[in-house]
Amino acid sequence: MSKPMVIVENVGMAFDTKSGRFTALRDIDLQIAEGEFVSLIGHSGCGKSTLLNLIAGLTLPTSGNVICAGREVAGPGPERAVVFQNHSLLPWLTCFENVYLGVERVFGSRERNGKLKLRTEAALEMVHMDHAMHKYPHEISGGMKQRVGIARAFAMEPKVLLMDEPFGALDALTRASLQDELIGVMGKTGATVVMVTHDVDEAVLLSDRVVMMTNGPAATIGEILDVKLAKPRNRLELAHDAQFVDCRAAILEFLYQKQMKKAA
Amino acid sequence: MSALTLSASPAHAGAPPAAEKPAAANEVSTPARPEKPQREPLRPKLRAAAKRVIPPVMGVALMLGIWAIVAMKASGIPSPLQTWDAAVTLFADPFYRNGPNDQGIGWNVLSSLQRVGIGFGFAALIGIPAGFLLGRFTFLTNMFDPIISLLRPVSPLAWLPIGLLVFQKADPAATWTIFICSIWPMILNTAQGVQRVPQDYMNVARVLNLSEWKIITKILFPAVLPYMLTGIRLSIGTAWLVIVAAEMLTGGVGIGFWVWDEWNNLKVEHIVIAIFVIGIVGLLLEQALLLLAKRFSYGNN
Repeated sequence: MSKPMVIVENVGMAFDTKSGRFTALRDIDLQIAEGEFVSLIGHSGCGKSTLLNLIAGLTLPTSGNVICAGREVAGPGPERAVVFQNHSLLPWLTCFENVYLGVERVFGSRERNGKLKLRTEAALEMVHMDHAMHKYPHEISGGMKQRVGIARAFAMEPKVLLMDEPFGALDALTRASLQDELIGVMGKTGATVVMVTHDVDEAVLLSDRVVMMTNGPAATIGEILDVKLAKPRNRLELAHDAQFVDCRAAILEFLYQKQMKKAA
Repeated sequence: MSALTLSASPAHAGAPPAAEKPAAANEVSTPARPEKPQREPLRPKLRAAAKRVIPPVMGVALMLGIWAIVAMKASGIPSPLQTWDAAVTLFADPFYRNGPNDQGIGWNVLSSLQRVGIGFGFAALIGIPAGFLLGRFTFLTNMFDPIISLLRPVSPLAWLPIGLLVFQKADPAATWTIFICSIWPMILNTAQGVQRVPQDYMNVARVLNLSEWKIITKILFPAVLPYMLTGIRLSIGTAWLVIVAAEMLTGGVGIGFWVWDEWNNLKVEHIVIAIFVIGIVGLLLEQALLLLAKRFSYGNN
């Protein structure tokens, strides 16, 4: 394992609510290597999105530290780009302008406008959205919006890409094509990714490691599964691959036997 | 030219062999060719148009009928026809000037609009930034909430004497009442818009680490704009209501004063005309602002 890009050290997170203090996460220890793809999986309410927000710096932990590229995370920043579940494109900007906003912020001080435009176009081309560059978000489908959201994150060339159930709001077929797209982009960029998901297949298909979280409150890491399947992966070939099936079974067993929800 | 009119008449009669007759027209212009399939959906289209047009027309006819009956029974109320005749002579020369108290209806409407414009402009200048501040900082919201809650339900006309006292003149006092009635919807709607900027957009701003200026221009302002436009629409609506009453009290040139003046002259048909003019101007203002609001709704609300 090369040097860790992200270190989560003994992190705990508690919220003050009306009915007193609520502990969402406790004793989280996790190291993510450069170029690694890690999925966080667990039942809803287990705090996996909270953990992602802690790495993003959108919220700060009540105990412990999060370190990214050797520096403590004190707030959000473009070196930890986030792909939000609901795409979060600004509706008054075109796809191009949405991506450009991030590109300009990160590279604007060093590069000329022409270069920034090229970067934006390249990012949209990578997710095959160059044909709809100048459309507004309400003019394109949900899957296309999420492609633009991914392009916006990649265009900033982040050290770590954080994805919060990026394909959760999409139908199964669109989700599959975006996952394939993501595999392609990963192959080209070799980015470090942390992804929250509740889709077992998705976790195995995309990840190097799957972090399984126990049920909340006071959730923590239950098990970590290494997925040693060769890359790039192909969903059709994997469907009958024994290793893929084993990984899948291990996660399902964790989720539905060891961490069975008392009341769904 | 004559061939065109000839071919049009059988089409209106709806005779089926019409497709054969305008063969000459087919040679001249190709788009006339798909005549058959074009005429078929014409009938449902006509029906839909009739459905849209007939109820409003009936409504207007009913109003005119009731008006005519009332005019017959009650003395002094002009009939629709009398009013129409008066309107024709009135609008023949809307921009005449025979001294300060006798000017055309056009001048009166324009000076009312000018007062509304100035009063409203100042209200926007102060109300919109105030709304932004109140929306952004809860401390300010809590600080000013009791004041606004107390003052908002007060009729702006109650402020007219204060205006007269401060400005010592009727004209700015009328504008002052417009300012007072316009500012509340502007502050409240802008503040609400700022408070309702989706957290997702603010998270995007935080992750991209945008500068405060970029946050305002690229996220806050466009997100708040629809709310601001609602505030503007409400303000202009009330301002147009209030200006008539304010001008009745202050005098000078203006549609409200004109109504009162014509009452003193006992020209009741002019009062009725004024009611229509005020209504139509109000409607136009409202529609223009609705159109503007539609332009900035980004297709998602």
